Amino acid sequence: MTSLPEQTDRKLGLVIDLDTCVGCHACVISCKGWNTENYGAPLSDQDPYGADPVGTFLNRVHSYEVQPDQGPAQLVHFPKSCLHCDDAPCVTVCPTGASYKRVEDGIVLVNEDNCIGCGLCAWSCPYGAREMDAAEGVMKKCTLCVDRIYNENLPEEDREPSCVRTCPAGARHFGDFSDPESNVSKLSAERGGMDLMPELGTKPVNKYLPPRPKDSWQGEVDVLAPWLEPVAQEPQGFFGWLDKALEKF
Amino acid sequence: MHPAPSVIIFTTFSGLGLGLLFWLGISPDPHGGWVGFTFFFIAFALACGGLAASTFHLGHPERALKAFTQWRSSWLSREAWSAAGALAVMGLYAFFWVLLGIHIAPLGWLGALLCLATVGTTSMIYTQLKTVPRWNHWSTPALFFALSLGGGALLAGYINTAVFLIALSGAVQAYWFWQGDQRFSDSGTDLGTATGLGSRGKVRAFEPPHTGTNYLLNEFVYVVGRKHGDKLRLISLALSTVLPLLLLLTNPGHLLAVIAVISHVTGVVVSRWLFFAQAEHVVGLYYGKR
Repeated sequence: MTSLPEQTDRKLGLVIDLDTCVGCHACVISCKGWNTENYGAPLSDQDPYGADPVGTFLNRVHSYEVQPDQGPAQLVHFPKSCLHCDDAPCVTVCPTGASYKRVEDGIVLVNEDNCIGCGLCAWSCPYGAREMDAAEGVMKKCTLCVDRIYNENLPEEDREPSCVRTCPAGARHFGDFSDPESNVSKLSAERGGMDLMPELGTKPVNKYLPPRPKDSWQGEVDVLAPWLEPVAQEPQGFFGWLDKALEKF
Repeated sequence: MHPAPSVIIFTTFSGLGLGLLFWLGISPDPHGGWVGFTFFFIAFALACGGLAASTFHLGHPERALKAFTQWRSSWLSREAWSAAGALAVMGLYAFFWVLLGIHIAPLGWLGALLCLATVGTTSMIYTQLKTVPRWNHWSTPALFFALSLGGGALLAGYINTAVFLIALSGAVQAYWFWQGDQRFSDSGTDLGTATGLGSRGKVRAFEPPHTGTNYLLNEFVYVVGRKHGDKLRLISLALSTVLPLLLLLTNPGHLLAVIAVISHVTGVVVSRWLFFAQAEHVVGLYYGKR
């Protein structure tokens, strides 16, 4: 059914720490690696070794420069995948019922056998979380690795989304947001977890932790700093004469 | 948004055909015999051809019947129901009137209502999308209704009604074009809200996730022809509105009326191309584009 559930028993999702992400794209690769051979159709590439490669990915890492009014610019790496929104517009627009939000854990999934590949769900998603697979003609999206997190054939430490498991910086965290004591709820509360495009009313489950403020030089000058002041403020000797001579022209 | 030919053909011709069916449905004294047959044939050819074209861009057209299941939540599913209903009821109405000579007026009214519902649901597929601010406005359904009813009246030969409605559709079209340019910035969505970093400074897309293109950029960030946007808008208005109005006011014969129809349809096709090509999806922000 493409109506959204009134509420879900659990709210599984990710916390993505923009302060910690180093922009290595390991999550992109591990996501593609896991998901191309597990849930649903493979994630195809077109012209992968040619001049214009293009392919389906469920997770991509952008990089942004933030220039504050004062101080140096900051570079922020920004992984983006499905946010498993509480008020997911991609679910309600689906004409066939292929797109749905699970009552038990809030994961937004596509039943590919019912997908007609009309693309309207991707049109309705502000985050670019859905991509139509060019080879299969069905919509692909992050499944929150639904085939890992409940998979008792995997060792317990592997029962989390592939991107979380692989992140070498620990910038991605997986958990249940309906439990205020969960790791993700606490992290989000402590660090001021943000929604992306909150004005669109999608109520994303995934939260982004803003970068921590950077050190500044103001008011924190080291006691030895005065000794490091430049010694010669004015040119002396030959260069002093040259400087004055050139000024006259 | 990528202006897929299938979707332009679909919205233009199904709108026109359904508009003509609307006027045929509410006509108190419709043409019978071969003239009536021709009118209904043109209307069904346009409406069915347009609706069939809409299946061409599907990844799995063989599963299209599943689109009837989610009418409770999905405008696309509601459109499928209204279109099927409109064609079935108007088909029955045309069968009784043209072939058997029995005029069942209430059946025509019901069919006309379903034709309007189809145009309305089609427009709502686009209007509902908050992600495309240019579409997310009451003037989008107004434009679809005005063009459909105006074009339908033109095809039906209701000259006075057509003059009024085509002038109205031209006005709505002009408003939709130029007022729509404001809507993205009015929506308040920018790279700052998209990344959540806007309060810390000016956000700039520094490096995209990959060097090549992807589905999102091909589908949502279509920039070809944007520099000609204003010229194309004027061409669209001249062909869809000004020229047909001038021709209609001369009290035309069949030949001039045909020219008016061709001009109008060409203008609407240009307008529909712009409808998609100039629509900016918010996802473009993540790529530093609009």
